[in-house]
Amino acid sequence: MANYSKDFLAQLYRTLYTIRAFEAQGVRLYRQGLIRGYFHPYTGQEAIATGVCAALADRDYVLSTHRGHGHCIARGADLQRMVAELLGRRTGYCRGLGGSMHIADLSKGNLGANGIVGANVPLGVGAALGAKLRGEDRVSVVFTSDGGANNGVFFEALNLAAVWSLPALIVIENNQYAVSTPIHEATRETDLYKRGIGLGVESRQINGNDVLEVYEHAREAVARCREGRGPVLLEAVTYRHGGHHVNDPGLYMPKDRIEYYRANDPVTIGRDYLADLGGATDEEIRSIEAAVERELENAVAFAKNSPVLSTGEFLALIEGY
Amino acid sequence: MVAIATEIPTACRVMMYREALNEALREEMRRDPKVFLLGEGIAQRGGSYKVTEGLLEEFGPERVLDTPIAEASFTGAAVGAAMTGMRPVVEILFIDFALLAMDPIVNQAAKYHLMTGGVGRVPLVVRTQGGAGGCLAAQHSQSLEALFYHIPGLKLAMPSTPKDAKGLLKTAIRLDDPVIFIEHKSLYMSKGEVPEGEYLIEFGQAEVKRPGRDATVIAWSAMVPKCMSAAEKLSAEGIEVEVVDPRTLVPLDAERLIQSVRKTRRAIIVQEAVRRGGVASDIASIIQHEAFDYLDAPVEIIAGRVTPIPFTLTLEQACMPQEDDIVAAVKRTLGRE
Repeated sequence: MANYSKDFLAQLYRTLYTIRAFEAQGVRLYRQGLIRGYFHPYTGQEAIATGVCAALADRDYVLSTHRGHGHCIARGADLQRMVAELLGRRTGYCRGLGGSMHIADLSKGNLGANGIVGANVPLGVGAALGAKLRGEDRVSVVFTSDGGANNGVFFEALNLAAVWSLPALIVIENNQYAVSTPIHEATRETDLYKRGIGLGVESRQINGNDVLEVYEHAREAVARCREGRGPVLLEAVTYRHGGHHVNDPGLYMPKDRIEYYRANDPVTIGRDYLADLGGATDEEIRSIEAAVERELENAVAFAKNSPVLSTGEFLALIEGY
Repeated sequence: MVAIATEIPTACRVMMYREALNEALREEMRRDPKVFLLGEGIAQRGGSYKVTEGLLEEFGPERVLDTPIAEASFTGAAVGAAMTGMRPVVEILFIDFALLAMDPIVNQAAKYHLMTGGVGRVPLVVRTQGGAGGCLAAQHSQSLEALFYHIPGLKLAMPSTPKDAKGLLKTAIRLDDPVIFIEHKSLYMSKGEVPEGEYLIEFGQAEVKRPGRDATVIAWSAMVPKCMSAAEKLSAEGIEVEVVDPRTLVPLDAERLIQSVRKTRRAIIVQEAVRRGGVASDIASIIQHEAFDYLDAPVEIIAGRVTPIPFTLTLEQACMPQEDDIVAAVKRTLGRE
């Protein structure tokens, strides 16, 4: 195990915990009717966004998914503007017009979540192409899923990234369910990283619940991209803690599987790293958690007190459509 | 919106539609390093219709990219590059193949501005070509502008002349919104006067291609030359029609069309696309609403037959609006059948 500073481990844990707490708060706001529409919690997958984004520079691009709150937070988004977006308020990242499934934070290189599974892979490859054509040292990271990896554009876009040697890191968050369809019913080859090998892409399978394992592989992948050695495919194996979205109880998910992955919980693993490798005390860890909770409370209050975009402002925005 | 030099220089030369498009691409690539091209066979081969000929030699393989036959992903990649500030011009060889790229065009590019609350832009041009007349059968002959016309967030240009093709393509590249730029396979070799020097044509500016007092014929793309020759025939019989070309369907210069109809009191809309759910129907509804009291006859629509295009030469022609159909429709509006 490499040597990690306490600060770095604390930063990782803070992000893991923020995502976990954000989703729990989001579900509460949803139950209260304050968040409407779809809400896909990232709960159980926190180590992937956290580990990958810790390996990125501010200038890099990220393409997110419908289950995208974790990516947004791991890129350092402002929680006030995030909650405001989920509540559909004009102070949100997308002025309330995008919502959970389209949240984007262009100021942090987060080019957006996407409601179309798989569709963000070509977009991310294009962002890498743009960076390469401009001669800029930027890597483009696409988060997709086992569902996305069965979509045609996943293969096409990975092929493009390979043949053009683009600085693109494609991360398959293999949570083993496409909505409710288990992976073995959707594909014969369930080791999804192998798809990259057939296209000449450096490809690896990793434990998606271990934030340091994710970080180490992402760091190597990003370095490889920066050296101009072409794209990398990482398959991060994980599991959702619940159904596809907030109103799906996930009854099709076997109890023993959920128990197994809860016993290997990414937030707990991150907490243990901070304590064991970083030497943080319980008290220090508790103070990180308390700070996150305060920030989140402030964010909710800010969002609740924010107005929605007026019809007039909306009409001005869509002028010419 | 870009600044538009509306003054068109007067000195002209005659060139082909495809040469005018080539010149537009070349000028814009010289002007702005963010403009780059991608598509099937556009680099080494110079494009199936030779629109990109010679551009690889001038701009190199980084800015003129040959792609795999994978429309969904190379169009998606262009959208992604545009999101980061590039100005890609995608060539989709046939509009029929654009159906493979509907997700990046419709779900991604067209919606990005709204979904990001007005922050994100997609300055993308999708050049493609459609239309029948080449015995290319059902999957290479469609006129599909209505599909894109229907989608909020896309601009749509369909030039009929070399001059319009050049001026509109240059503007399309400079716009910050996604533009669907539909050329017509039967127009690439057509010739026309193109002004010397730099000029742009603003979107949403219809042009009267031939002035007249008796009836207004509205047409775009390859239907414009057909309407011009129908107008010649009618003129020999003492009927003077005004041929108006909207040039861009989104935005549509409804004001200019209505102005003409109010003058002539008769409207004939000619589209190559099948009649059902077409752009002509929408224009007809605008005209009946905005010029109802001026109309002396029902608005006529001459459109393609509602069928996939057959390979058979005679039957292919029978599916497309012909000069005689246009002449007859004009006469119907004048009660001179």
